[in-house]
Amino acid sequence: MRLRGYKAFIEQPMPKWGVDLSGFHAQDFKYYVKPVGKQAAHWEDLPDDIRNTYDKLGIPEAEKSRLVSGVAAQYESEVIYNSIQEDLAKQGVIFVDTDTAVREYPELVKKYFGTVVPPEDNKFGALNTAAWSGGSFVYVPKGVHVDIPLQAYFRINTPNMGQFERTLIIADEGSYVHYVEGCTAPIYSTDSLHAAIVEIIVEKNARVRYTTVQNWSNNVYNLVTQRAYVREGGTMEWVDGNIGSKATMKYPACILAEPYASASTMSLGFAGKGQYQDTGAKMIHLAPHTSSTIVAKSISRGGGRSAYRGLVKIVDGAEGSSSNVVCDALLVDDFSRSDTYPHVDVREDDVSMAHEATVSKVSEDQLFYLMSRGIEEKEAMAMIVRGFVEPISRELPMEYALELNRLVELQMEGSVG
Amino acid sequence: MSTLEIKDLYASVETKEGRKQILKGVNLTVNSGETHAIMGPNGSGKSTLAYTLAGHPKYEVDSGQVLLDGVDILQMTPDERAKAGIFLAMQYPVEVPGVSMTNFLRTAVTEVSGKAPAIRTWTKELTTAMKELKMDPKFAGRSVNEGFSGGEKKRAEVLQLEMLKPKFAILDETDSGLDVDALRVVSEGVNRAKAKNDFGILMVTHYTRILKYIKPDVVHVFAQGHFVKSGGPELADELEETGYDMYLPEGADSESALA
Repeated sequence: MRLRGYKAFIEQPMPKWGVDLSGFHAQDFKYYVKPVGKQAAHWEDLPDDIRNTYDKLGIPEAEKSRLVSGVAAQYESEVIYNSIQEDLAKQGVIFVDTDTAVREYPELVKKYFGTVVPPEDNKFGALNTAAWSGGSFVYVPKGVHVDIPLQAYFRINTPNMGQFERTLIIADEGSYVHYVEGCTAPIYSTDSLHAAIVEIIVEKNARVRYTTVQNWSNNVYNLVTQRAYVREGGTMEWVDGNIGSKATMKYPACILAEPYASASTMSLGFAGKGQYQDTGAKMIHLAPHTSSTIVAKSISRGGGRSAYRGLVKIVDGAEGSSSNVVCDALLVDDFSRSDTYPHVDVREDDVSMAHEATVSKVSEDQLFYLMSRGIEEKEAMAMIVRGFVEPISRELPMEYALELNRLVELQMEGSVG
Repeated sequence: MSTLEIKDLYASVETKEGRKQILKGVNLTVNSGETHAIMGPNGSGKSTLAYTLAGHPKYEVDSGQVLLDGVDILQMTPDERAKAGIFLAMQYPVEVPGVSMTNFLRTAVTEVSGKAPAIRTWTKELTTAMKELKMDPKFAGRSVNEGFSGGEKKRAEVLQLEMLKPKFAILDETDSGLDVDALRVVSEGVNRAKAKNDFGILMVTHYTRILKYIKPDVVHVFAQGHFVKSGGPELADELEETGYDMYLPEGADSESALA
C-alpha cells in the first residue's frame, strides 16, 4: 500500500488551484524523525526538553484533572505518550497510536485502513500513505459512550520536518466519541510539512465529533485529508479551527452513505500576514433522507488570504435530503482577501439546498459604537472578532474555546493603531 | 455639578462631492440636571453635532472647543470621552453579532467606572433596570442589537444610559421609530436615570411628542449648522404650529408636519 501511495504521489501533478505551493519541494523534508527510544508510560519518563514542551502546553495537567479521558502526544514522527482511562479500556475502547494498532489489532486495521481515503485519493494523501507514521487509532465498541473527549497533541519540533500522521477512528453501532486534536510548532526559518490523513467510520446510529485547533507556526504547509464514512442514522461532526500554518488546504469530508445519516462541519480559518487558509467542507449525499450543514467562517487581516472551497453533492435517488451552507467572511482591513468557491452538484429533484454567503468588514460604526461605551479600540476590535468566532468557539470544549480566543487575540495583535 | 460648554464649533464630513462643512459655529452650555431639546429640520446637522461630541471618526473638527468641566474633550478618543462622562444614545445602534448584551454591558461598565462591579449588586441592578424598561430577561443573553426591533434597540440604549451613569447624555432621535407605548417606556427610563444621577441632557429630536414625556428646560432651534433660536418649553409649542420653514433658506423644502 505504501508503494501504491508513493507511485500515486509521483504520478499526480501538483494542484494548480488553492494555495501557492511553488515553495514546496518534497525532497526537502525529513520523512522520519525518531524522538525517543520507546513510548513512555508516564510523562516523567520523557526527556526533559520534550516533557517541558508538553507541560507548557498544559497537556499533563489536563489529563490529571480529568478534562480528557485519554491523551496521545505525537512529537515529530512518533507517538511518545499514550494513555486512556481504565474504565474506558475495560469497556473495550481502544486508543493507541496507529503503529501499535498495526501490531496489536491487525484485523481491525486491515478491515478499515485506507477504505475511506484510498492511496490514490490525492497527491498529499498519497504521500501520507507512502510515508505515514504515528497518528491515533480509536475503536469504540457498540453502544459505548465516551463522554469526555479523547485528546491528541501533535508537535513538530525539527526544522524541515514532515509529519505524516495517520488517524483511524471507528465508532461502532450506537457509540459516541469526541476526539480533539491540537497542533503546534515553533518557528524555524525553513518550511515544514504536515500531511495527515484522518479516516473515520461512523457505524449505524453512532456519533463522532472530531475537533481540531490548529496553530502551526507560519512556515508549516498543512495539507490534510479528513474524511468520514457515515452509515444509517449516524452523525459526523467536524469542528475545525485553523489559526496557524503558512498554507492550509483542508476540506473535511463526509460521505453520507446510508439513509438518515447526517453531518455537519463548522470551520474557522484565520489568515494573518503571509498566510493562506484554503479550507472548506465536502458533503456527499449518496442515500435518501441524509442531511448536512456547513458553517464556514473566515477572518483575513494583514494581507492574509482565506478561501472557502466547498462541495455539496447529492446523487440521483437521494430523495428527501437536505443541505444548508453558510459562509461568513470577515475582513479586518482593506488589503486582505477572502474568496468563496462553492460547488453544488445536485442530481435529485426532491431535496432542499440552501447556500448563504456574506463578506463583512469590521466597520468604523461597530468600532465607534463599542468605543463610545468606554471600550478601548484594541479591546473593541477583539470583541468584534471574538463575537464573529463565537458560533465556532461555542462548539469547543471549554479550555479549547479559551485557547481559540487567545490565539485569535494573538493574531489580532498589532492590527489596531 | 458639571458643565458642558460647546464653543464656536465647526466640523466637516468627507462626502462623495468632497469635504462639506456641517457644523458652523455651534455655541451651547449645558449644566448637570438641565434638559436641552435640540430641534430642527432634517439635514440641519443635529445628528452631526451629537456624533461630533461623542467623537465619531467620520466627523472632523475644524475649529472650536468642547469643554467638559473645563477640559477640552475634542482631543480624546471616543472611549476616553465615555470615561470622562459623555454618553450618546444612538439613532441607529449598531449590531455586534456573537457578543452578548451582558458581556458588553459589564465590559462597558467596568471600563467607564474603572473597576468591575460586584456580581451581586450588578445582577440586581441590571435585572431591575431591564424589568423597568419592560425588557425580556432573555434579552441579556442576546447579541448586541442583533435582530432587535426598533423599539428594543432604543430600550437597550436607555438601559446602557442607566448602567453607565454619565455626566451628560446626548439622545439622538431616541423617539424615532417608537410607538406611543414604547415612547413612554423609553422616556420614563431616561427620567429615572436622570433622577438618580442628575446628568445633563442634550435631546436631539425632529418632533415635539417626546417633549411631553421628557420635559425640556430649554428648547433650541438648530438650522444650517448652528443654533438660530433658543427659548423655554413654549418654543416647542410654537414650532408645533409653524414648523421649521421659517428657519430654512429660501426655496428649501421641509417636512412641514411635526406630528
